[in-house]
Formats: sequence, C-alpha cells, structure tokens
Amino acid sequence: MARMAGRRALFAVPVLGVVTFGVFAVAAASPFDPVKAYAGTAGLTASQENLDQLRANLGVDQPLVARWWDWLTSALQGDFGDSSLMRQPVADVIAERMGWSVLLAATAFLVAILLGTGLGVLAARRPGGWLDRCVSSVAYTLEAAPAFWLGLLAIWFFALKLDVLPAGGLTDAASEVVTFGQVASHLVLPATVLGVSQLPWFFLYVRQGVADALAEDPVRGARARGLSERTVLLGHALRSGMLPMLTLIGSRVPELITGALLVETVFSWPGIAAATVGAATSVDFSLLAALTVLATAAVLLGNLLSDLLYGLADPRVAFDG
Amino acid sequence: MTGRSIRVAVATTLVTALSLTAAACSNPDSATSGSGSSSASAVVGIAYEPDSLSPLLGYGKDGNSKIFDGLLTLGADMKLRPALAAELPEVSADGLTYTYKLRQGVKFSDGKPFGAKDVVFTYRTILDEKTNNASRTELDAVEDITARGEDTVVFTLKYPYAPFAQRTVLPIAPEHIAGKQDVNTGAFTTRPIGTGPYVLTQWSRGEKISFTANPHYWGGEPEVKKFTMAIIKDDDVRATRLRSGDLDGAILPPNLAKGFADDKNRKTYAATSYDYRTVTLPTHNKVAGDTAVRRALDIAVDREAMVKAILNGAGKPAYGPVPTDSEWFTRGTERTHDLAAARKILDEAGWKPGKDGVRVKDGVRASFPLWYLSGDKLRQEHALAYASDAKKAGIDIRTEAGTWEVIEPRMKHDAVLAGGGSPADPDFDQYTLLKSSLAGDGFNNMAWYDNKAVDTAIEAGRRSGEAAERKKAYDTVQRELVKNPGYTFLTHIDHLYVVDDRFGPLTTQVEPHDHGLASGPWWNVEKWSTESAGGSEK
Repeated sequence: MARMAGRRALFAVPVLGVVTFGVFAVAAASPFDPVKAYAGTAGLTASQENLDQLRANLGVDQPLVARWWDWLTSALQGDFGDSSLMRQPVADVIAERMGWSVLLAATAFLVAILLGTGLGVLAARRPGGWLDRCVSSVAYTLEAAPAFWLGLLAIWFFALKLDVLPAGGLTDAASEVVTFGQVASHLVLPATVLGVSQLPWFFLYVRQGVADALAEDPVRGARARGLSERTVLLGHALRSGMLPMLTLIGSRVPELITGALLVETVFSWPGIAAATVGAATSVDFSLLAALTVLATAAVLLGNLLSDLLYGLADPRVAFDG
Repeated sequence: MTGRSIRVAVATTLVTALSLTAAACSNPDSATSGSGSSSASAVVGIAYEPDSLSPLLGYGKDGNSKIFDGLLTLGADMKLRPALAAELPEVSADGLTYTYKLRQGVKFSDGKPFGAKDVVFTYRTILDEKTNNASRTELDAVEDITARGEDTVVFTLKYPYAPFAQRTVLPIAPEHIAGKQDVNTGAFTTRPIGTGPYVLTQWSRGEKISFTANPHYWGGEPEVKKFTMAIIKDDDVRATRLRSGDLDGAILPPNLAKGFADDKNRKTYAATSYDYRTVTLPTHNKVAGDTAVRRALDIAVDREAMVKAILNGAGKPAYGPVPTDSEWFTRGTERTHDLAAARKILDEAGWKPGKDGVRVKDGVRASFPLWYLSGDKLRQEHALAYASDAKKAGIDIRTEAGTWEVIEPRMKHDAVLAGGGSPADPDFDQYTLLKSSLAGDGFNNMAWYDNKAVDTAIEAGRRSGEAAERKKAYDTVQRELVKNPGYTFLTHIDHLYVVDDRFGPLTTQVEPHDHGLASGPWWNVEKWSTESAGGSEK
C-alpha cells in the first residue's frame, strides 16, 4: 500500500512538470493578451509606449520556454512568482483563499457522499418503490441542473422568501471579524448547493451497486442464515455496493472543482475558484501554473485515495505495488 | 467498511446536519445585527473589484479614494478644491510650473506625518517606467516634480497643459511604507495606508472591502463609522441581496433598478455621466470614411429612441464626447433625427440605391462591419439599433461580436461600438479620441480621425490657461464634428444606484465611464450625517 502511494508520487512529478508546461503553452497560444488584461480599462487610453513598457516589466515579451523555465526553477526553490492579476505574490494569493475553497469543497463532498449513500441504500431496498422513484427522478433532474442555477434558486428561496440563511459572503457584509458561527451559517447554502449538485452521481451508483449486491449469492446466503435485514443491508450489500462509488470519489474531484467555481461566484465566496477564472482570462502565467499544479495534485490524490479505499474495502483487489 | 463504521458514519452525518441546522437557526439575529439597523454603518454592493489598492498602480487616480487624499479633490459641482494642498496651485504665466502649498499637520493613519517628500515619492514612482502603472500616459506632461522645503512641491511640465491640476487629484502614498517594498507586488498594494477619511480593515478578495472611520482625519471624523463594499459581480444576485436587506445600497442596471421604483424605504439615484457609447467610423474604410456617409449616419440614427428603449430613459442623446448638460457643450450642435435629410445627403454624394436597397457608388456597396464587445448587452443593443437605423437610409451595417483581442487588429478598417468618458476636463476625452497623430496608438483615436482644424483646436485647448479661449477651442471641435463626424455618438448613460432611505437625501457626482469605487452616492460617504431619523448629507 505504501509502495503504491510512493510509486504514484514518483509518477506525479513528471506529470506535474508536463502539466505546467502545457499551461504555459496553452496560455501563450490563447488569444488573450496579458498586458491588456493587466491594464484593464486604463489600457483603453494608454499609449502604445506605456503598454510596451508594461509588457517588458511583466516579462511576457520573453519566449515561452524561457518563461516556463524561469517559473519552474524558482518554483522549485519555493518562489512561485508574482500574480499579475492580483498584484501580489502567488503564494499569498493561494494562502489567503485556498482554505476557504477546501472548506467549501470538503463540506460539499461530505454532504454529497453521506446523503448519496444514505438515500442510495434506502432506494435500493425497494427498487421501484415510492422513495426510489421520487429520489431517482430528482437525481436525474439535478444531474442536468447547473450549479449556479441551483445557487440562485437557493438564494431566492432561503435568503429572500424564508429569510433564514445569508445570501452570500463568508461573513455578514458589515462584520469584520471571521467567527466560527458566522462562517458556519454562511457555509450552509453554498456547501449544500455544491453538495446537492454532486449528489446524483453518488446516489445513482450506490443505488445500483446495492441493488445488484442484494441479488447476489452472498447476500442471499446471509438472508438464508437468518441475519437481520439491517445487517444484510449495511454489512453485506452496502459493502460490495460501495465499491463502484469509491472509484467515483476520485473521478468527481475535477467536477467538484469546476462546480465550486460557479458556486463561489454566485455566493461571493472568497475562495480560489474565482481567482482561477481570472488567472485564465488575464493570462496570469504564474498564478495559473501554480493553480494547475494544485488542481492536478488534487486529481492525482483523489485517484490514489479511491484506489486505496477500494483496496481496503475489497480484499480481492490487490494494490498495484 | 464494517457495520460499526457505517453506524459511526451515520452518526457523524446526523451530528453534522444538526450542527448545520443549529447554525442556520441562530442566523437571523446575527443577520440583523450585521447589516446594521444602525445608521453608523453602511454596506453597499458594487459590481467591480479593483486589482490593487495602491495609488502607485493606478488606484483612485480620478480622485475620491476613501483611504487616500490627493493634493486636490473634486466637489459635487466637479470644481477643484484643495485637499492635501492648502490651496489651489499657483500656475506660472507660461503654464509650465505648478506650485502647491501643502496642508500642515496631516498624518497618515499609522501616525507618521505627511509631507512634501511623500508627494514627490508618489509622482516619481508613478512616472518610473519600472512601475506597472497603465495610466502613466495621463501624466505625460510632467517633466519633473521637486520639493521646495517641507511644505511646497513644484511640478514642471514639458508643455503647457491646462487641465494638469485635474490630474493632481490622484492619491498620495506614504514614502516610509510604500518606498520600502516592491512597488508592483508589495504588501502595500493590498494593505494600503493613507491620509484619507477611512482606514482599510479588511480586503477579502471577491467578497468585500471593509473600512472603518479614521478618527484622526484632518477633515473631521466621518459619522458613518463602518463602511463596507460588498463585491457582487452578478447583477441579479446584487439586486437580490439588496432586497433581502443584506445591503444598504447597490449599483444596478436600469431593468433591475426599475423593480425598486415603488419601494418606500429605498431611493433610486441616477448619476449623470460622461459615459458615452459611440460608433467609430474608420477613415480607412471606403464607406465609413466617406464624409457624406458619416454625415448621413449622424442624422439617420434615432438617439431619442435608443435612450428610451435601451436605457429605459436613464440617459441622454450624445452628439460628441461632451454631454449636452455640460458647461463645455456647444449649443446648436445637436443633430435631430432626420431620415429624409440623410437620404438626400447620400443621393447628392452619388450613393444610389442598388437592387437590394443597399446603396452603391462607383461599384462600392455601402456596407461595413460593426464590432461590439461580446457579452456586453448594452453595447450589443446599441449596435443592433444603429444597424437598423442605418438600414433605413440604405447603409448595410453587419454587427459582429468579439473580444478586444479579436477587435483590436480590425479597428483600422472596421467600425467598433466603443465606450469611454472622463468628466474632469474636456481635454481628457477629446485629445485621445480626435488627435490625428494618435491614430492607431493603442486604443487612442480608434477611428483614425484626421482633421487639421480639430488638431489645431484641441492643441490650443490644452495649452491655453484662459477659460474663454479653451471654450472657444472646444466649440470649434464640436462644430467640426458636425461637418465631418469621425464617430457617431449615440448616448450618454446614467448610472443607477438604489440606496436605503435612512441615508438620504444624497448627492452624486458626474461619473466617468469606469464604475470605480469612487462612484455612486457614496462618493462622499465621509460627509454623510447620521444624526436625524432620516440622516442627511452635511
């Protein structure tokens, strides 16, 4: 198991290197001009000389490979460069926002997994029953519903109609200190929306897995031995029904990141996602590369995690090490 | 996973759900205390977030920053007033030297005194080409700035530049802090220290910027003690949060502001602006470059209809960069919508209607593309209305959407639906829009306009210190634009703000194209009074 983790980590190094180069290459080929993005509306009245000087200052007049190599070598020494978009060091940008995004994504993930599993098991018990039919049709609808639309809907209902939850921000707009209670109440809507938008996949996988398992021999055997329905369902059926879901956990990570992007924007959540969009459209090479490394690492970790879980849950699966 | 671990998982879910619900239940109290029934705090929703709060990188260059002061500031009437300068500057007879006496006893919010060295540091840093300030061009006239003693600074200019004093509203940064770090990425860009009425307490990017009143402000401590700008990019979310009571005020597009018209507790303020929308008619295009076509288009468009239909009445027809209610506007240069006259001009110039109704002259079809910024609904609507008006006169305009990266290389030959406007001085817009030597220089003179009479007049307008002489120069420019319009100016747009009544009645300034932090009824939040029930502006 440790050997598998080690091998994956070794494999991740060239992957991350290639990914950063890819980011620089794609960004350089994109039609967006970093200087125009940096200058913003001021650029619409600036003289060409002013813009040219800016291009030199930002170092974007350098060839692609040189820029990438500069970034990579200083990144390896712990200096991730300066974000041209945020006018501050990349490390600061990430440090300020990362935590909030992780909190949001982790809570949402937890909501999705727990609710998805719970509902999936219940639905699988009586396939075709009223609960199964209700939840399944809602799940299919949710699959098609974009996260930002759910977000607007949630704001309209919970913040405007019922007035029980805040509509956005990390804390109340007038509050200056970040307290646990404030963050917790402000987290409810965005995390639920993001979680619910991920829920259908977990629900549908678990429902299918558990329903299949219930029809398998070991479960029938367990029932024949007179074990209680609960033990059969949770101890046997869920255990093998969970297996496809564990793979899903890893593969949902990228989706979670893109979902967080929209949700953060709708709820004015000060996370990293909004910075990612900004970095991409303003061709902020340093920030974009650093964020891509993080996202890639998250996906690789997600995959490793689901493989590890899979191995733990099913002894028949050997670790690839 | 064993049975037990599942039970643990279920229990955890329940606990999480319960704690979340509990947190949700406790919320209403905190919400009411937060958004403040107290008038001593104000929360406003804005659509735009600055890239930096450092004046050295361009923040607050048009004055009115909450954290900083400039040497001068603009009042509600857009007249210059002294701020960190003790009085308006002394200008030498040749217009080349500006001398500012500084206000004494002013301190930065960290307690260190403000002095001439800070002013010199600020301007020299902005002029330094290593500083990534995209607005440096605006200070192009400055040759040098020097301190004379502790309390006087002297600017020397390369050429006489009448509107120079208007440029000195830009905020002054403290040398003892900003001078010690990387000007482009240092901590000062996000945690600035200034002399202004408010002190930054927190800037949570993408969420909000919070200020608290500066108790030692030289202009008197503001009564609104806490001021927060919530950054909400989506128009609908901003309107929703304003309605839910989360915000005390917000900027809104006309269609959403309309929803608050009947709200007894909220007032809508329309700030007039220099924010124009115009169509560039590039000289290098065979059709758009023909003076007859330009003149015909100028009267074929129905500006009144655009104001009514596109802006819901919140705006004015535009005939040039100067809005019709400005003191610099030349009366008599208004163009009324007259389709028959437009057709006559085209007929006389030899543009004869072809088979499909589109006019032709010497084998050239009266047709050209018009680009607008994709995703900008307001520009799109202006472009479509313009094309439809032109069609009635027999000119075929094909509208196309694109980003600036797509549009810029085409600007020499294709028309663009452009916007802009800065109110402080007529020179600011007209020089960069019309000066022939700036044709194709970045986004300056996008239409490659070339008119000797206009060149002479705008040069005279910027060099002369005499108000009457300047007025004459800009009258000439506006009359020339009637004879040979290089652009079809369409509208000047009002910016709409909805604000809680308890702060009213408030004022607004004439606003520029940019929706900066300084815009809106909160341009002078430091002067809001909270004493009476309603509260009013001092």
